[in-house]
Amino acid sequence: MKHGPLVFLAAFFVLSTSWFGFVLKPQADLGNAVQETNVVSTALYPQPRPGQAHQGAEVYRANGCFYCHSQQVGQTGVTCDVVLTAPGTNLTAAAEAIAKANPALATANLTELMKKLPANILTNVDRSTADNAMKLLKAPDMKAEVHIVPIGPDIARGWGRRHNVAEDYVYDWPVMLGSQRVGPDLANIGARKPDANWQLTHLYSPQGLVKGSTMPSYRFLFETRKIGRVPSPYALQLTGDLAPAAGYEIVPKPEARELVAYLLSLNSDAPLYEAPFTTPAPAPAQTNSIAAK
Amino acid sequence: MFMSAAVWLLVSSLFGLIASIKFHSPAFLADCSWMTYGRVHPAATNALLYGFAVQSGLAVLLWVFARQGGTPLIHPVLIGGAAKLWNLGVFLGIAGIIRGSGSGFENLEMPRYAVCILFASYLLIALAATITLHHRKERELQPSQWFLFAALLWFPWIYSTANLLLLKFQVRGVTQAIIAWWFSANLITVWLALVAIATVFYLVPKLVNRPLYSSHYALFAFWTLLLFGTSTGVPFGAPTPAWMPALSAVATVMLIIPTIAVLKNVCGSIHGDCAPLKSNPAGAFIKFAMPAFLLATLMKCAASLPHLNAITNMTWFTVAQSHLQVYGFYAMTIFAAFYYLAPRVAGFDCTRFAKLHFYLMALGVTVLVIPLAIAGIKQGLMLNDPSTPAVDIAKATIPFLRAATTGELLIALSNLVFFINIASMAAAFAKKQYALLCSGDSCETNLAEVKA
Repeated sequence: MKHGPLVFLAAFFVLSTSWFGFVLKPQADLGNAVQETNVVSTALYPQPRPGQAHQGAEVYRANGCFYCHSQQVGQTGVTCDVVLTAPGTNLTAAAEAIAKANPALATANLTELMKKLPANILTNVDRSTADNAMKLLKAPDMKAEVHIVPIGPDIARGWGRRHNVAEDYVYDWPVMLGSQRVGPDLANIGARKPDANWQLTHLYSPQGLVKGSTMPSYRFLFETRKIGRVPSPYALQLTGDLAPAAGYEIVPKPEARELVAYLLSLNSDAPLYEAPFTTPAPAPAQTNSIAAK
Repeated sequence: MFMSAAVWLLVSSLFGLIASIKFHSPAFLADCSWMTYGRVHPAATNALLYGFAVQSGLAVLLWVFARQGGTPLIHPVLIGGAAKLWNLGVFLGIAGIIRGSGSGFENLEMPRYAVCILFASYLLIALAATITLHHRKERELQPSQWFLFAALLWFPWIYSTANLLLLKFQVRGVTQAIIAWWFSANLITVWLALVAIATVFYLVPKLVNRPLYSSHYALFAFWTLLLFGTSTGVPFGAPTPAWMPALSAVATVMLIIPTIAVLKNVCGSIHGDCAPLKSNPAGAFIKFAMPAFLLATLMKCAASLPHLNAITNMTWFTVAQSHLQVYGFYAMTIFAAFYYLAPRVAGFDCTRFAKLHFYLMALGVTVLVIPLAIAGIKQGLMLNDPSTPAVDIAKATIPFLRAATTGELLIALSNLVFFINIASMAAAFAKKQYALLCSGDSCETNLAEVKA
C-alpha cells in the first residue's frame, strides 16, 4: 500500500460527504423550522402539547410504544374533485356548462344533480382536468370548487386526511416516527378515537375492546384499590370478566392519564401549504382560495 | 472481550426470545413494566449491537492489527480496563432501557450516562489500536487493515454525532429521525460490514493458504461500500424532503456493487478448492456468512425499489433483513474468527462444540429470517388493502411469528453452546497458564489476557 495517506484522506472525504449530506444539510434545511399556518383557519400549526400530554410523550417513549405503532401517514398521490356548490340563476345555462365540463353525465339527470348540493361533477381527476372543467363551468352566479383529495391505502383506512410532513413534528422530542406497523398508525389517533375512557379501557384490556388484538395489556399503568368513602372519579367503568371484585375499583395511575392525554393530542389533520387537502364545509370561500394557488 | 461479547449475545437472545413470544401471547409477562415489549425489544437490540457486535468487532480488530503488523499489542492492561468499562456501559445502558430511560431513537436507546462511558471506553481502545497499527513492523498495509482502520475511525464519528445531536444539543423536529436513520444505517450497513469483510479477507487466505485473490477488488469494494453505504438509511415515504429517501434508495441499490466485489474476491481466493474450509471449523461459518451477506444485500436492494417498498415498508421484512445482516452475516463471520483464533490463543484445540454451535445457529437464522420475510410481505400486501382491518393483519402474521420464535430459541441455544465453548476454553486456558506459569510475552498471551 504505497499511497496510505492518500487513501486515508480520500476515505475521510467520503465519510465527511455523508456527514454533510445527512446531518448538516437536513439540520440547515429543517433545523430552524417554525410553526406553519393552517391554510384554512390561518391558525398556527402545530401547537406545543399541553403539559399532561407532554408528560404522556415520555410514557410513550419509556414503554416503547413506537416499536409497534408508526406515527407517519403516507399517501400515494393527490386527486381532485370538481364540486358544484351553487347552480346560479340560469339553470339552463348551468346545465349546458356542466354537460360541457363532464360530457359523461347524462343530460337528463342534471336537474336532479343540481338540486342535491354540493354535487360532484368530476371525481378523481388530475389537476389540469379539474382546472379545465373549472374554466368551462361558467354561468350566471354559478359556483363550483376544486376539492383536493389525498389518496393511498393509509388515507383509505382513515388513519389520516393527508400524509405527514416535516412540519408535523416541530415540537416533538423525541420524534417517534416508528418503523413497524404491528398495530395501526397513531399519527391521528386523537382525531380518530377522541374518547379518553375508550383509550384508558383499551390500555387496560386491549382484547376487551378489540377482539383478537395482539396488543399487550398495560395493567401496570393502573391500580386496583378498595373504594374509599367516595369512588374515584377516574375509575374505569368495566363490565363482565374485567370488572374488579365488589368493593374494589380500577384507577388509572397518573402515567396512564398522561399517556392518554398524549394519544388524544396526536392529530395532524391541519391542511398545510405543503400538504393541502380540502376540508368539508364550512369555509368554502377559503377552500376555494387554496385551490386557486 | 469475546467472553463478554458471548455473555451479551446470550442476554440479547434471551430478551429477543421474550420479545418474540409476546407477539403471539400478549399476556406473557405483561403485568410487569420492566418486561413490556417496548423495553425488552430495545434491550435485546442494544445487547446485540453494543454488547456483542461492536465489542467482538473490536476484539477481532486488535487481533488483526497485532498479527498483521507483526507487533505485540500496545498497553494490553489499558485495553483490558477499557473493555471492562465498555461492559459497564452496556450493563448500565440496558438497565436504563429496562427501567424506562430509553431515548426513543432506534438503535440509540441507551441513556446519556451509558453513552458517555461507552464513548470513553471506545476512545481508549481505539487509541491503543491506532498506536499498535502505527508500531507495525510489516509496513505494507493489508486490505483487512484499511477496512478495520476506517471502521475504527467511523464509529466514534457517527456515535458522537448522533448522541450529541439527539441527546445533548437536541435538534428540532424530523431532523432527529434523519440522524437516527443515518446512524443506524452507518452502524449496521457500514460499520459491521467493514469489520466483517476485513475478517473474511483476513481469514480466507489463512484458511486456504493462498494470498487474497486481488487487492484491487478489495480496494474497489472498500470505496464503493464507503461511498454508497454511508448514504443509505432514510426510508421511502419518510416525512422529509423527497431527495433524502430518493438518494438513500439509489445508494442502497448500488450496495450490490461492493457485495459482488467482496464475493468475487473470496471466491477467487478459494479458487474452487473447498477442502481447506472443511478441515477448520471456521470454514463452515464463512460458507454460511457469504451467501447470507449476498442475500441480505439483495433483500435491502429489493426493499428500496419503489414498487416493492410500497409493500415492505414498515413490515417484518425489514426486521428479517436486519436479522440476516447481523446474525447471518456479521455474527457468523465473528464466530469464524473466534474458531480460528481460539486455538492459537489457547495453544490447544478447544472447538469441540463448534459443529453443534454452527448447525444450531444456521438453522436458527434460517427459521428466523424466512418466516419473518414472508410475514412481512403478507403484512405489507394486507396493509395496502384498506378493507382489511388492522387486527386481521396482526392475526395473519402470527403463525410466521411463532416460527420466528422457534428461530430465536435455536439462536439462543446456539449462543449458549458458544458461551459454554468459550467458558470452558477460558477455564482450560487459565489452568494451563497456572500450570506452566507462562510469562506471557507473546502477543497471543497478551491478547488472551484482554479477552479473559
